[in-house]
Order: sequence, then structure tokens, then C-alpha cells
Amino acid sequence: MATYDTSDIRKGLKVMMDGHPFTVVEFQFVKPGKGAAFTRTKFKNLLSGAIFERNIRSGEKLESANVETKSMQYLYKEGDAFVFMDTTTYDQVNIPDATIGDDAKLMPEQIVVEVLFFNDRAVGVTLPNFIEQKVLATEPGFRGDTATGVTKPAQISTGASIAVPLFINEGDIIKIDTRSGEYLERVGRA
Amino acid sequence: MQPAESARHRLGILKIRAAILRAVRGYFEGEGFLEVETPARVRNPGQEFHLVAFPAGQDRFLITSPEHHMKRLVAAGGDKLVQFCRCFRAEEVGPIHQPEFTMIEWYRTESSMDQLMADCEAIVAVAAKVAGQGQSVPVPASRGLGGSRLPVAGPFERYSVRDLLRKHAGITLRGDETPAQMRDLARSAGCPVDDLAGWDDAFFQIFLDKVEPHLGVFRPTFVEKWPAPLAALARREANDPLTAERFELYAAGLELANAFGELTDPSEQRGRFEAELAARKHSGRTIYPVDEKLLSALGQMPPTCGIALGFDRLVMLVTGAVTLGDVQAFPDDEV
Repeated sequence: MATYDTSDIRKGLKVMMDGHPFTVVEFQFVKPGKGAAFTRTKFKNLLSGAIFERNIRSGEKLESANVETKSMQYLYKEGDAFVFMDTTTYDQVNIPDATIGDDAKLMPEQIVVEVLFFNDRAVGVTLPNFIEQKVLATEPGFRGDTATGVTKPAQISTGASIAVPLFINEGDIIKIDTRSGEYLERVGRA
Repeated sequence: MQPAESARHRLGILKIRAAILRAVRGYFEGEGFLEVETPARVRNPGQEFHLVAFPAGQDRFLITSPEHHMKRLVAAGGDKLVQFCRCFRAEEVGPIHQPEFTMIEWYRTESSMDQLMADCEAIVAVAAKVAGQGQSVPVPASRGLGGSRLPVAGPFERYSVRDLLRKHAGITLRGDETPAQMRDLARSAGCPVDDLAGWDDAFFQIFLDKVEPHLGVFRPTFVEKWPAPLAALARREANDPLTAERFELYAAGLELANAFGELTDPSEQRGRFEAELAARKHSGRTIYPVDEKLLSALGQMPPTCGIALGFDRLVMLVTGAVTLGDVQAFPDDEV
């Protein structure tokens, strides 16, 4: 396994600590008077998402983590698992419901996602930041209603219910931020 | 920010910086100090293990601090000396580090550490006033409790290093531990250190992880009575050889100043210099000739207290700047 030292630290570096894979999210140079240089580093646990900070002394070694991300296309659901295909090798993998979590409700078939592998096992899926989806069902809005900030639920094809403004109609195409699950704008009209 | 807008903003900061410099000079003039200038290119730029100096021609390096030559002037009879100068430290770039920065360094003979603390309190107060702050200064969210202000009226808090370690890390430090014992202490405080960590590495791991976040949060804080292995150029206390006469000033996440009751014993100083050079040599760092001119001057030096204060950080403190580069005309990446 490769090792890194503090001069290799950069955003996105993947390292192993206490048996867990972490990615660097932030780092900065710190140096107490008369002491060695340290790199104050903020890590995200790639499995749990938990963030923690560590002061790493210059010269300390960090172990690289056997993680990689692959672009994969979501094909279909099969029982409790989602089937994905590697877009370059056409290899298929099944990823269980639990690994994908709530994101499954915002994952239309055919979408290309980033799948994170740790020791060759898929451990997480990252959707593109934005998706565009057709509204399957929503109550008609009141014409001429100019109130702002008023929303109603809209059903999209992936199964999620999104809070949308009153002027959205069935068949409209809307843009959704997958990180927050929030409606952004109408991009097409039925 | 657009380049023109950024330059205008910077000029505003530079005006405040100039006003603070004038006011601090005024303080030293009022105290009867002689302002001096010593060489920036020297044979021995300061040899502390963790400092890296820039080479500056044949047998010369840029100073990391003006300490050696200031002390030679003290030995020559200067009883109150101050210098405002640029210092240079390679490989130091970060939110509160720049490879070029301005140091205020001053010495008082036949004086006390208490007097240097009083100087610091007066300088912070005058700088805050000139910067248009009242009894408190703004603290950016990146360095403390978000949106809060730090009171800067004296007297500042005072804690010994040992008390701080007991309080925040739950450990009792003597100062004569072996490196292995020090690593065990760090681990018992929950600070991860590898087996290569030396005494001071383990110490600073604990200090950074557990102590520093608490320093200077509610008031500027003097951290005094440093353990002997971190004495550097300070003398050890007469009645406690495991403790050095040294203090540091912290405020709002900034280490502002470092003071010594100066070591004037040439043979003890020679021993420390030689140990440092051996450590530098051992790890492949640049080694410098022992500063014999300083050593022979030390014998003539009266009891003296000396201190260095980072001027850029003082400006940061009283303006609420987020980075040290923000208070310089051109930080390193804009040169």
C-alpha cells in the first residue's frame, strides 16, 4: 500500500485511518512557535460521512486507501438491489438499497452516477448535482395566485415527492438539486 | 473581488497598518527606546530546528529573526533597543504565515518579564485604538466563536504551560521526560503520535490538539513558564531548572509574541547551539557556523529580557483580517 506524507495532502486525497477510508476536505498549514510544522486537516469518513479534524506533523506518514470511483449507469431495480453498469467496461454490479439510501428516490433509470468502491466493494453512490424530471402528478394551481413561497407536492417518475411552486403543472419538466432534494426551476412546459 | 476593487480595499488596510506602525513607534519613543537596524543578510540566520532560512549569497542567509545582532548591541551597552524589520522564513505559507513578515523585536536590560507583558498590553491597546476599535476587536469566524469580539483591555490572562496541560489535556508534565514517555503522555491525552515523534513533536501535538483552541478566546492570554526543552534562547528559572523564563502571547487564535528572559551564560548557550546543529546535521538540514561573535558578546550582557512580536498578526488582530496576506501589500502568491 502506498504511503503519503504531509506534503501530499490536498483536497480529495484518500487515506486509511483506523481501518476506515477518509477523504481530505480541507487543510491548512499551522506552526506553533518553536515547533514543527503541522497540517491541520479535515477528513470525511467515506463510509459514514462523519467529519473530523486532525493535526498531522510534517514527516508523518499516511496510508493510502484502496478506494476508487467509477462512472456507472443505473439500469434497473432487481429485488432489494439496483443494477449498475460500468460505462467503459460494461461490467455490471448490484448495489443494495441500504447503500444508496434516500438518493434512490432521485435516481432515474439510465442516469450516470459516480460509484465509490472500497476494497473493490461498492460502498456509495453520488448522483449528479442536478437532475431534470417530468412531473407525473400534482394538483392544479390557482390561476392568478401571486403569493410567493407557497408550494404544493409534485410526484416525479423516480418516486420522490418534490415541493414545487403553484404554477407547476403535470407534464412540466423541472430541475431538482439532488443534494437538497429541492425544486430549482421549470425547464420545460407540458 | 475585481483586481481594482481588491487593490482599493488593500490600500484601506495599508493605511490602517501604517497608522498602527506610527502609533507603536510612538509608544517605544515614549518609553525611551533607541530604534536600531541590524543586517538582514547574516552568516547564522537563527538555527532553531524547525526554521528554514533563505540563502542570500556566499556564506549569507536572510534573517529568520534579528535576535543575534540585537543581543550584540545589548552587550555593547544598549539598555532599551527596538527594531522593526522584515524577517524571512522559507516553507511557511498558510492563513497566518507568509515567508516574509514584519517583526517588532525589543530588549530591556535590568527589567522583568512583567514589564514586557505590560509593553504587550499597551501595544495591543494602542493598535486597537488606532484601528478604530474600542475596548474589543472583531474576531473572524475562522478563528473563533463566530461573529464575536475579543476584549483587549488589560490586564491579559496569564497561565503556565503546565497548568494549561493539566486543565485541557489532563496530563502532568515535568519537563524531563524521555521522548518515549512524552509519546505515552500524548497518547494518554488522546493525541495520536507516531514512534518517530521527538519530545517537542509530542508536546506540540498535545498543545495544538488540546490547548491552543482554548487560548486567547475570552481575553488575550500570556502562556508562561515553558518546559526547559523548549527554552530556546531563554534562561532557566533559578529555583526550577525544568522551567524556562519564556512566555508567549495568544489572542483570537493568533500567536502574537514570544519573550525570553535571555540566556547570558555563554557556555550553556554554546551547548544548546551545538546540540541544535547536531540535530540539524543529523536530519540533513542546512547547518550554519556557530555564532562565535554572539557567544563572546553574551558574557558582557547584563540580565536582559527580550521579545519578538509579529506586526502583521497585530494588524490582523485589530482589523479582524482573516489571513496574514490580507494585511500585506502583496502576499507571496501575488508577487
